[in-house]
Amino acid sequence: MTDIFGIPIQVILGQLLLGLVNGSFYAMLSLGLAVIFGLLGVVNFAHGAFYMLGAYATWVLLDVFGFGYWWALLLSPLAVGVLGLVLERLFLRHLYKIDPLYGLLLTFGLSLIAEGVLREVFGASGQTYPVPELLQGAIDVGFMNLPIYRVWVILASLAICFLTWYLIERTRLGSTLRAATENPRLVQAFGINVPLIVMFTYAAGVALAALAGVLSAPIIQVSPLMGSSLVIVVFAVVVIGGMGSIMGSILSGVGLGVIEGFTKVLYPEASNIVVFLIMAIVLCWRPAGLFGKE
Amino acid sequence: MNMTRNTTFYTVLLLLALLAPWIGLYPIFLMTILCYAIFACAFNLMLGYSGMLSFGHSAYFGVSSYVTAWLMTANAWSTPAALLVGALSSTVLGLVIGLIAIRRSGIYFAMITLALSQLVYFVCLQAPFTGGENGIQGVPRGDLFGLLSLADDLSMYYFVLFVFVMVYLFIQRVVHSPFGQVLKAIRENEPRASSLGYFADHQKMLVFILSSTLAGLAGSLKTVALGFATLSDVIQSTSGEVILMTMLGGAGTFFGPVLGSAIVVALQNLLSDRVGSWVTVIIGAIFVICVMAFRRGIVGEWLAFQSRRKSNT
Repeated sequence: MTDIFGIPIQVILGQLLLGLVNGSFYAMLSLGLAVIFGLLGVVNFAHGAFYMLGAYATWVLLDVFGFGYWWALLLSPLAVGVLGLVLERLFLRHLYKIDPLYGLLLTFGLSLIAEGVLREVFGASGQTYPVPELLQGAIDVGFMNLPIYRVWVILASLAICFLTWYLIERTRLGSTLRAATENPRLVQAFGINVPLIVMFTYAAGVALAALAGVLSAPIIQVSPLMGSSLVIVVFAVVVIGGMGSIMGSILSGVGLGVIEGFTKVLYPEASNIVVFLIMAIVLCWRPAGLFGKE
Repeated sequence: MNMTRNTTFYTVLLLLALLAPWIGLYPIFLMTILCYAIFACAFNLMLGYSGMLSFGHSAYFGVSSYVTAWLMTANAWSTPAALLVGALSSTVLGLVIGLIAIRRSGIYFAMITLALSQLVYFVCLQAPFTGGENGIQGVPRGDLFGLLSLADDLSMYYFVLFVFVMVYLFIQRVVHSPFGQVLKAIRENEPRASSLGYFADHQKMLVFILSSTLAGLAGSLKTVALGFATLSDVIQSTSGEVILMTMLGGAGTFFGPVLGSAIVVALQNLLSDRVGSWVTVIIGAIFVICVMAFRRGIVGEWLAFQSRRKSNT
């Protein structure tokens, strides 16, 4: 058996896989945050809550309505996206012209409401969700056993991330979106309905968070508090990557997940704080973030 | 409010505070309000007068709370010394966090302070002297220089009230000082303040340290008054609560944070037994209402109403 620093290589690879899984969640969530921030100028504190709602929607779909995982993959983000539309229309829309801090505070309040309601309805304890039949089991790749579901999560979320990147950077719709970010009034003057774009961008961003929630449902306990600590880590990821670039959020999300995974092997006590420590170092060295522009 | 009405207001309030334990209000409840009021006033120094939203003030409140508890239980320190060192530990923590967070402003500043306070939370969770999930229980109240025992709820209450009044006066002094005026100038227009020759970062750093120290003092005092330090002091939702108290009462007003903390502490006391998790929902709803409907807070709206009425007559 091969060891690195006295640690069996299987353990390291296992944690690397876990790190990649966490990293792809970070990437999906920070991507949504960055897209929303770019167009709305709002840091969506409720992002963790939408992730949690996505996971709960998945669980409810199966438990109450009997719809399985593949339906949930479509329906949960859709439902959460509609909720996002409503919230943007009711609340966020009125805050664009004032200090962006109010957007943060509002979404913080919304996430408290969501957490409280779900804790009251479903209880504080976690629910388990079965891994879909198609993705059960593991494949033996010689040096380790790869659980199929985890591989699926990594591949699916990376595909979603790159699709989002492609949509924003390479399509007509994306160019309109970027133009609206740069100069909303000018874009409006060209006859494009910017408030509508803004509304759907918010919905798409939170749907992305919900999609991450669906993917995570079979591998973690679905609980009302699953989003609240995650969103803080994602904030740190966003500060490290810089909110300006889509690719930056994806890379820093995956990278930090992997680093966190390695820390779990080398020095488990620090695994909770390593992302925050890296954030502090990056801020001292490059205040605008690794991929950010001042 | 003009000078005489201001004086009357504070005289009545002080009399009420002195009499409060005798008209059926529990000293423990009052002390909780006052400690959170100090905390909120310290926080207001940043949000209200400098326009910096720290989303991680629980770090100072919690760390000072732990330091004081640890000094008094494991090391049998006297109360004044433990309070002082407890508050000073937040001065140091504020210095470290401030130096990192001050590099960005606005929304990023809020996110960075939040992330760093989460780091502090995990350190407190795992550090050997904090008692992990249980916290440090049974902190003795001790006495003041061997002269006055604080074991009795009433004498403890009057001590807390004294500290609160001192902090309140100190904050008024700071805000009205030239330093306070510079802070306002930076809040309103940072580039212009810089061009007038003020080092904005130095001033921000100073108010950051001042605010964290006073927040720490609030945490230390709370530990002595209530006799415990737990993870709930340092957890992120405590930062949320102090923001809510300040916003609800009125950021940038002197009395707002005090009123806000009284309302929030009273709400939590009244509701937590009866409605369970709905407390979180109610607090969230108050947040939403504050942001949507009255951003100046209760006191702020009242002052605005007063000045509107004055300009009409």
